[in-house]
Amino acid sequence: MSENPLDNEPILVAEGVSRRFGGLVAVNTVDFTIPERAIVSLIGPNGAGKTTFFNVLLGVIDPTAGSVVFRGRRMIARPERVGFESLLWVLPAVLLGLLSGLLAEAGIVSGRLVALLGFLTLMLLVGSLLLAIIRPVWYSTALERIGIFRSARPNDMVTAGVGRTFQNIRLFQNMTAIENVLVGMHTQLHGNLLEAFLQTPRVKAEEKAAERRADDLLTLVGLHGKGNEGARNLPYGDQRRLEIARALAANPKLLLLDEPAAGMNPKETLDLVALISKLRDDLGLTILLIEHDMKVVMGISDRVTVLDHGEKIAEGTPEQVRKDPRVIEAYLGAPAA
Amino acid sequence: MSAAAASPTSFASRRKRLAEVSSRHRSWSIVVGIAIVGTVLPILAAIPPFTLATPTNAWMDGFTNAGVFVLLAIGLNLVVGVAGLLDLGYAAFFAIGAYTYSYVASPFGNSILGIKFVEVVSPDIAGLVFWPMLLVGALVAALFGILLGAPTLRLRGDYLAIVTLGFGEIVPIVFLNADAVTNGTNGVGGLARPALPIIGSFSALNPWPYYVSMLVVVAVVMMLAYRLVESRLGRAWEAIREDELAAAASGINTVTAKLLAFALGASTAGIAGVFNASKLVTVSPDQFTFIVSFTVLAMVVLGGMGNFWGVAVGAFVIYTINNVLLKVLNQFFDQVSFPILKDIDFIQLQFLLYGLALVAMMLWRPEGLFPNSRRQRELHTAMTEPGEDELVTAEATSEEGQR
Amino acid sequence: MTALPATSEAGARVPMGASLRPLLRLVIPALLVVGAYAFMGPEQFVNAMTRGAIYALIALGYTMVYGIIELINFAHGDMFMMGAFVSLTFLGQILGLTGSITEIAKLAPLLVAAFFISMIVMGAVGVTIERLAYKPLRAAPRLAPLITAIGVSFILQNIVMLKYGPYQTNSPKIFPSVDIVIGTAKIPALSLFIIVVAVVMMIALQLFIGRTRLGRAMRSTAADRDAAQLMGVNINRTIAITFLIGAALAGAAGVVNGLQYGVSRFDDGFQAGLKAFTAAVLGGIGNTVGAALGGFIIGFIEVGATVMGFSRWGPAIVFGTLVIVLVFRPSGLLGQQLGERA
Repeated sequence: MSENPLDNEPILVAEGVSRRFGGLVAVNTVDFTIPERAIVSLIGPNGAGKTTFFNVLLGVIDPTAGSVVFRGRRMIARPERVGFESLLWVLPAVLLGLLSGLLAEAGIVSGRLVALLGFLTLMLLVGSLLLAIIRPVWYSTALERIGIFRSARPNDMVTAGVGRTFQNIRLFQNMTAIENVLVGMHTQLHGNLLEAFLQTPRVKAEEKAAERRADDLLTLVGLHGKGNEGARNLPYGDQRRLEIARALAANPKLLLLDEPAAGMNPKETLDLVALISKLRDDLGLTILLIEHDMKVVMGISDRVTVLDHGEKIAEGTPEQVRKDPRVIEAYLGAPAA
Repeated sequence: MSAAAASPTSFASRRKRLAEVSSRHRSWSIVVGIAIVGTVLPILAAIPPFTLATPTNAWMDGFTNAGVFVLLAIGLNLVVGVAGLLDLGYAAFFAIGAYTYSYVASPFGNSILGIKFVEVVSPDIAGLVFWPMLLVGALVAALFGILLGAPTLRLRGDYLAIVTLGFGEIVPIVFLNADAVTNGTNGVGGLARPALPIIGSFSALNPWPYYVSMLVVVAVVMMLAYRLVESRLGRAWEAIREDELAAAASGINTVTAKLLAFALGASTAGIAGVFNASKLVTVSPDQFTFIVSFTVLAMVVLGGMGNFWGVAVGAFVIYTINNVLLKVLNQFFDQVSFPILKDIDFIQLQFLLYGLALVAMMLWRPEGLFPNSRRQRELHTAMTEPGEDELVTAEATSEEGQR
Repeated sequence: MTALPATSEAGARVPMGASLRPLLRLVIPALLVVGAYAFMGPEQFVNAMTRGAIYALIALGYTMVYGIIELINFAHGDMFMMGAFVSLTFLGQILGLTGSITEIAKLAPLLVAAFFISMIVMGAVGVTIERLAYKPLRAAPRLAPLITAIGVSFILQNIVMLKYGPYQTNSPKIFPSVDIVIGTAKIPALSLFIIVVAVVMMIALQLFIGRTRLGRAMRSTAADRDAAQLMGVNINRTIAITFLIGAALAGAAGVVNGLQYGVSRFDDGFQAGLKAFTAAVLGGIGNTVGAALGGFIIGFIEVGATVMGFSRWGPAIVFGTLVIVLVFRPSGLLGQQLGERA
């Protein structure tokens, strides 16, 4: 491994990302790359557009311009010709329906065949609708080739290898800690409907292994032995850790943490910083931190990017950023333009 | 006995232990439970206070009919209780299952399909087709479930409610109007009754074969439902119900998961439809009105959303109240000619009562009479602490909807 | 975050032919209207407008309630049905009217009174329902108020059924069946009256929402309830007023329906509600102009189906429309305004 993680190949490249809400520009043409195995941070005062940018990266909201490439694949951009896609779902079925109607009208085929064609039409419609919902990668690629583009959805990003936590904790409050982690493991498990019905040995073994792994993950984030506690009963700091464990369960390559230290006391914050370093060093994860508080990120970040009013105003090592007059101005609220 | 009654704690701990054992050996406990209920009911139907109301055979017949509603309630519970989707046109899938059977098992249906089956073979053989048709009915209903759910479930949850409401209204209209292929108002009659190799075709006079088959079907469906809910898919549904955005951020394709629940719920209704058609020996559009959807919804809500045993009991009790108690009340007050009560038609009142029950349950006991413990927590905490999270979810999903 | 004038990168992304769009927006609807007129003939055209006006009045209530608390108020269709029963009770059973009244001096106050009473009663019913059944559930999971709404709908239907029976009840057609002859076409004066009433109400509603303090409170509550509350808007009162107006409009639609068709039944609200909801979605739910537009479109679709000989399939066609809209344009025709709800 190289000395400086910033020299690594980029795992995520965002180019010219903008998001506009009506007349309000929340994020304005932001370029942003994350090198592999780096810890980078995005900071900025309240309302700088950090969370909006974050949500764009995660496929929660579509950008109005720009694109996000993750591990060489264009995942997110402004949707293009989406209306045609709906047309494509129904077109084959409509054509087949019309064809069979015409054939029947002309008396070329018998009634039984028409019924069969009608059934095929129905199946075609069901098939294309299912395809559109499951969205396998080849389907999206095929659509892109004919100029239809739809941004990845949050779950697509998880499948691709991006994990996240939320600014205001969003655990499944009524589940236990271990169940939360098991939900996070969803993409890693493959038991299907039939296997669930038959309770095959394979699916049983898979569940057992999943529970063991969930235990390991809980231990990793420091929640050993708390697996059976209800998520809502955990102390605040533990809930934040549990969220990280849930995100890790999907085997992400890149972990996006949205203000992970918010509401923590200094001791908890220190522990968290240690955990984040451990995730990078031991698991080889790439980490993007979003923070409101500059102090948290200075210690662990390889690079810090500052957003203000939706625009990138500075980028560099923590040292460089700390001295940047524009950053100081943004944070101290000096008379802005 | 006396010890358990005397000290509530030991009773509670026993109950807890029972619950633990039953969740560890889920399938066996279902089989045992259904077997016990299945044995007790006929005994009850054969002893005095009950035989006075209706003869034993009529009771047995009624239990089987109640079983149809138990199936429907289990299926709708998967959609409403487990996945948290409101399906207001559930009867449509019931109808689709029933008509599917009618095409294979009636002379009229055969002529539409262009095959000769029922008229050619003996009823003892024709009835055998009932068993595979349970599966076919389920598949066809699931197919329509996907067809309806796929466009709708991409959008915000409430659209599903209105679309299913519309679908439930339209399907009987289609069966009514497309008389060339459905025989219109008269419906399709002369369906083959189920048959089994040794005992031959079931008959209207002997309620036992239907009753036992119904017990088996309910047990199997209930077992599958529990296995599903305790699998990875069940966890996914639960996660979606609690927080859709967090579920998506955990990698769950929320639309697929919801569609699966919707289609599986539809397929259960399909099974119920096939069974019901084979028992009534006729299907017609008026069997599948909105009333059916509404009744099943009331059963699920009263029984306790999310709890399969609860909704099964709810369905059974409501069905029995409807079809026995209200009639008996009417007869009773007519006979004693009690001033005001004599003039009240209790059967007419039942739907008003359903409506009141739904509203009252939602306001005061949203978890139902036999709550699922987790669902109870969820419904109550959400009521007491309206977190801003919920607003965020709403925004996020509406954003999703506009994609 | 900053507010910038809408320029910059948007310009580069404008798809080809965008300059034609505003023109097309005017030309296509105009062509459609002319086409419908040519296809249906004047009588059916007016018939479609009349039906559309009724659906539009109902759809307004759906869209307003959805806009403000994001609830599909299933009981709204039954408000329309009850409105019809209030007016037939007043005109037929209290005043004992049966036939048409030709003297305009007598007719006008009767009509005004019928509308007034029906709208007041239904408004009160609407607010009561909101207070009792929906308000306690505002923070509950989304499923709870939806189930409550369907329960309320069933309660209303069954109350009316218990009172008036399961069959149709006659409603006095007090409006004289006078035709206005234009060329060869004979247009019922009643239809024109209904269309005018509906349009006047819609304009009044639009002015109310756009120009008054209460209307502004409604808009801000719809956009962001919490923010509105922080700015001193009385949320509870605003929501109650939304229900009041919505239910009153449904009541007015009920009166109109009684005048037009002369009969009412306890389950009239079910299908009318479904169609009106389709209208609201078609227009872009949450958008009052869209709801009105959608109502008229549904009217045309339904009458068009009848003209083509598919009258039995009317409900199925309307339902098909709903599904198609949801597949292709879930935000509705005027749905872009959804984000900052008008």
